[in-house]
Amino acid sequence: MGGSLFSNYGEAVAILLFVIGFGNLLLQNNLIKKIIGLNIMDTAVYLFLAEKGYISGRAAPIVVDGVQSVEAYINPVPSGLVLTGIVVSVSVSALMLSLTIRLYQRYHTLDLDEISLRLKKEGL
Amino acid sequence: MTGQMELVQNFPCFSIMLCMFAGIISSALKGKTAKRINTAVLCINILMSAAVLWFTMRTGEFYVYVMGRFPAPWGNELRVGVMEAGMALFFCVIMLLSLMGGRHKLIQEVEEGKHNLYYILTDLMLSSLLALIYTNDLFTAYVFVEINTISACGLIMIRQNGRTIEAAVRYMIMSLLGSGLFLLGLCMLYDMTGHLLMSNIKEQVTSIYLSGAGGSYHVPLMVTIAIISVGLAIKSALFPFHAWLPDAYGYSTVSSAAILSSLVSKGYIFLLIKIIYRVIGFQAFHDSRIIDILFIFGLMGMVFGSLSAIKENDVRRMIAFSSIAQIGYIYMGIGLGTQVGMIASVFHVLSHAATKSLLFIAAIGLTDVSGGSRKLTELTGSGYRNKMAGATFTAGALSMVGVPMFSGFISKLLFSQAAVQNEGKMLPTLIVLGISTILNAIYFMKTVIRIYTPVEDTEYSTVTWQENKVYAVSLLCFIALNVFLGVLSQPIVDLIGWGLNMFA
Repeated sequence: MGGSLFSNYGEAVAILLFVIGFGNLLLQNNLIKKIIGLNIMDTAVYLFLAEKGYISGRAAPIVVDGVQSVEAYINPVPSGLVLTGIVVSVSVSALMLSLTIRLYQRYHTLDLDEISLRLKKEGL
Repeated sequence: MTGQMELVQNFPCFSIMLCMFAGIISSALKGKTAKRINTAVLCINILMSAAVLWFTMRTGEFYVYVMGRFPAPWGNELRVGVMEAGMALFFCVIMLLSLMGGRHKLIQEVEEGKHNLYYILTDLMLSSLLALIYTNDLFTAYVFVEINTISACGLIMIRQNGRTIEAAVRYMIMSLLGSGLFLLGLCMLYDMTGHLLMSNIKEQVTSIYLSGAGGSYHVPLMVTIAIISVGLAIKSALFPFHAWLPDAYGYSTVSSAAILSSLVSKGYIFLLIKIIYRVIGFQAFHDSRIIDILFIFGLMGMVFGSLSAIKENDVRRMIAFSSIAQIGYIYMGIGLGTQVGMIASVFHVLSHAATKSLLFIAAIGLTDVSGGSRKLTELTGSGYRNKMAGATFTAGALSMVGVPMFSGFISKLLFSQAAVQNEGKMLPTLIVLGISTILNAIYFMKTVIRIYTPVEDTEYSTVTWQENKVYAVSLLCFIALNVFLGVLSQPIVDLIGWGLNMFA
């Protein structure tokens, strides 16, 4: 167990980062810190995928000099998934940031709990 | 499927594409035109889904629709059976009725220039729901889950005030936690199996599962099942993750609330059921301990959701809290771990979607004749001031409590039948089902009695149904749908069972 953990340290780091990001997104009060947590969490998944798709000693799957053997290249599918995932996470972060700006303009704070408190006082 | 494809087999792909293009075109159009396009798209989708349903029922088997030119292990696929087509038909109908019923509020509550945005979001929402229903590819499912989340967030915050923006932020945070877990889970599945198509993953997962507890991938498989289930449970607001729900359903414009409660959370539940059957395999899911966790949280949601609803003094938020209890029912059915329980859950997905959107739409008619106030005290006698909405709300409440002739009764009956067949879980299920029914009766009957308590010399005016015919028609359709599900339950249950068998 310990040995395989060490040889797969990339994946272990990725999962650790995922947990850090997840915790930040869940527990932080500050909205900007939450968004940073979200980005750490998503990036950790991409690290995990990249780590899984990489085969040591092989090149990126772009055909140069006519080398077409499968043995020469790494698995291209995880890279494709990472690209798609990045697009998704960029749009989600943009949406979160725009919502944060809206809230900040109304309440002049980034603390989500405090915003909830004020909303209760407003009695809307 | 060999030989010539029939035209009707293309309809699932067409309907997804149609919604997407309608959304894109609407961005350049005025609100009125966008509304017409949206209604037309929904009607066409209803017809196409009905045709696909009829086709799959006639052939009696599912078919695979290859997207693009690449065959199975590499390409992207749709997979269509009775269950998928039926669900798509039902979702389109509910969405059309919810939009019709809430249209007059949308005009009041959303700025004039933003109406076309609302229809873009509903078009995108529908396309993502249909894609979630039909797709046979896990990563495509993830992408559409995110599209669904973004458009749901837009539907919440289209009515701009502090409450809705805060609700949208809370919704986004919970949803992103869920989809993060889902993404990690599917990456792990990909690493273990080397596939992204559900049917290919299932072959590999089955061999991992059959290698037993000693196999090298057994523990990762169990962890993956847990991560995916918890991720989708968070997104569909299972009990401990429901904090965002009352605000999001309670303060958004009424069509959004109806769509969110009846379709968005159901889309994720449908995806989970699909993953259970088509990716992990029912037996492997049943033998993992995660099923008991879903069961326990389902039971807790049934009780605590109802308790919060009893304490609530705002009618919209009360209905929202009731959703938490109903989601609990669905997860309890999944947690029973039998085919009968699963059928009960799927039936409750239909029944709750039909009833909850009805309640939201009817409640808005009652609050409108009470000076716009949503406090229960102000609603006294509103059933006389708007007779149509009052009657509809009563029908919905009766269905929720589980009175025969309405859909809610059938789902409670199915749940108890399923519970009796599962010896270990029979007692807790029946007890909690009883408690939850009583709690439901308390807060819904309290509201019904209040809206039919006569008040003398009220300052609020009376509304007749002729004043808003579209609203009246949508309410009538909702009642008809509810009674239809309640009376014609046996063919529908047979259909669900057939669809689930086709799933595996």
